[in-house]
Amino acid sequence: MTGWVEPFTEFAFMRRALVATLALAVGCAPIGCVLVLRRMSLVGDAMAHAVLPGAAAGFLLAGMSLPAMSAGGFVAALAVALAAGFVTRSTPQGEDASFAAFYLIALALGVLLVSLRGSQVDLMHMLFGSVLAVDDAALLQIAAVASLTLWALAGMYRPLVLESADPGFLRSVGGPGATAHVLLLVLLVANLVSAFQALGTLMAVGLMMLPAAAARFWVASLPAMAACAVLIAAASGVAGLLLSYHAELPSGPCIVLVCGGFYVASVLLGSREGIVTRRVLARTHLTR
Amino acid sequence: MTQASTPTGLGDTPALMRLHNLTVSYRGHPAVHHLSGAFASGRMTAVVGPNGAGKSTLLAALGGSLRSFEGRIEQPALLRRAYLPQVSTMDRAFPMRVHELVAMGLWSRIGSFGGLRREDRSAVSDALAAVGLTGFEKRWMGELSAGQAQRVLFARVLLQDAELILLDEPFNAIDSRTTADLLALLHRWQREQRTVIAVLHDLEQVREHFEEALLLAREEVAWGPTADVLRAENLFKARQMAQAWDDQAPICKVAA
Repeated sequence: MTGWVEPFTEFAFMRRALVATLALAVGCAPIGCVLVLRRMSLVGDAMAHAVLPGAAAGFLLAGMSLPAMSAGGFVAALAVALAAGFVTRSTPQGEDASFAAFYLIALALGVLLVSLRGSQVDLMHMLFGSVLAVDDAALLQIAAVASLTLWALAGMYRPLVLESADPGFLRSVGGPGATAHVLLLVLLVANLVSAFQALGTLMAVGLMMLPAAAARFWVASLPAMAACAVLIAAASGVAGLLLSYHAELPSGPCIVLVCGGFYVASVLLGSREGIVTRRVLARTHLTR
Repeated sequence: MTQASTPTGLGDTPALMRLHNLTVSYRGHPAVHHLSGAFASGRMTAVVGPNGAGKSTLLAALGGSLRSFEGRIEQPALLRRAYLPQVSTMDRAFPMRVHELVAMGLWSRIGSFGGLRREDRSAVSDALAAVGLTGFEKRWMGELSAGQAQRVLFARVLLQDAELILLDEPFNAIDSRTTADLLALLHRWQREQRTVIAVLHDLEQVREHFEEALLLAREEVAWGPTADVLRAENLFKARQMAQAWDDQAPICKVAA
């Protein structure tokens, strides 16, 4: 039992890492749910890659400075989102193709920028982060973004749901569909950037998408799904940190792998449409 | 806008909407070509014609979802309209309950943030009852059949309280009983002085239920009382109109 609590009571960096992961879970998981339901799961991945060139530019200008790299990453990812959104709206090309095109450009640019000055270690740090090195500034940023995300999601809940479920109707009644869409992308980018130092941009998407995809196998409604995803993400955070501490493995991949375990278990055993569950239920049916 | 004077062919009924030389093109090819005329207020008008005749395009322009066209649509400045497109943009896999979707018909009043009052909730239930879906409030949209989902959309139109109701092939893939129920709803809207414009293919249905008809084959073939419009020679003429695009076609010189 002591092995569960001791790392957190003993070491300040573990407590910090715990708070960071829990706050990230609260902010990222609900965004992941909206993306999953809108079939935009891969957009999250694309945006994570798009953070890189901006962060690299910040790194080139100011070295390993969190504010500079965060601001750079935020601007770059938002630019990719807006450019892709512009192409999607003004040409017949689909969202998947335009996002893929712009994030690939951004990724190549980012790798090139990092290689101009940084070392391999810097690149690895940017891609995968290190939750055990989270400082006060990063912690504040993560907590602020998580709070802002919950407020914004609550405030734009109705237009966001309607823009996802029936965009044509929302447009026909003059609702703020475009605003809801842009706000969703801004929140997505803000969460990826805030997870940047703790998990790296690539692992942050894992904490965002895997719990959301897993929650879909347990509950139906969006609010319930968001709550379920937050619980899964938080549990994965704690378990991943402990795993990383005891087995002396890197923390980011540990957390995301535990998320992955939850996902696979949900696909098999989930009460809604889980593969095994469906097999069992297929043997019975109701009278009407 | 001042009330338009009564045009010929509309009897004593004033026009709700007037088209002046309306042309809508896709990549330069006209789908609706130099269409002029008026939709009578409080009447039911059927838009009929062969595939590719521009019916859906016309409805999208009238519904405001298609904004780039030549010519002019003259209409009251604050016309409350409800538009049910042929292919709904609705993603039924997105988790939304039937009563939530229907309540969005109240958008013009509740908007993004307004709450639902108790009478709103009973209005939602009444609308569902009117389309024969009593007790479906808590069901998910994804659990409904295509016909049931269409009934839900009609219930939402009911709550929109629109002066102009645009329906694009509303009875596709709908069984005859549901069609009869929804047609009864159309007549109720007409009694409430609402203007209904519907794209339909079933000419018997049009003859039976619609007093006005517009026979379209990119250009107007005939527009007026249904019995006059749906005459054999008009239908023959509509079928003769070429459907294919010709990229070498000369630029249209008809004065706009």
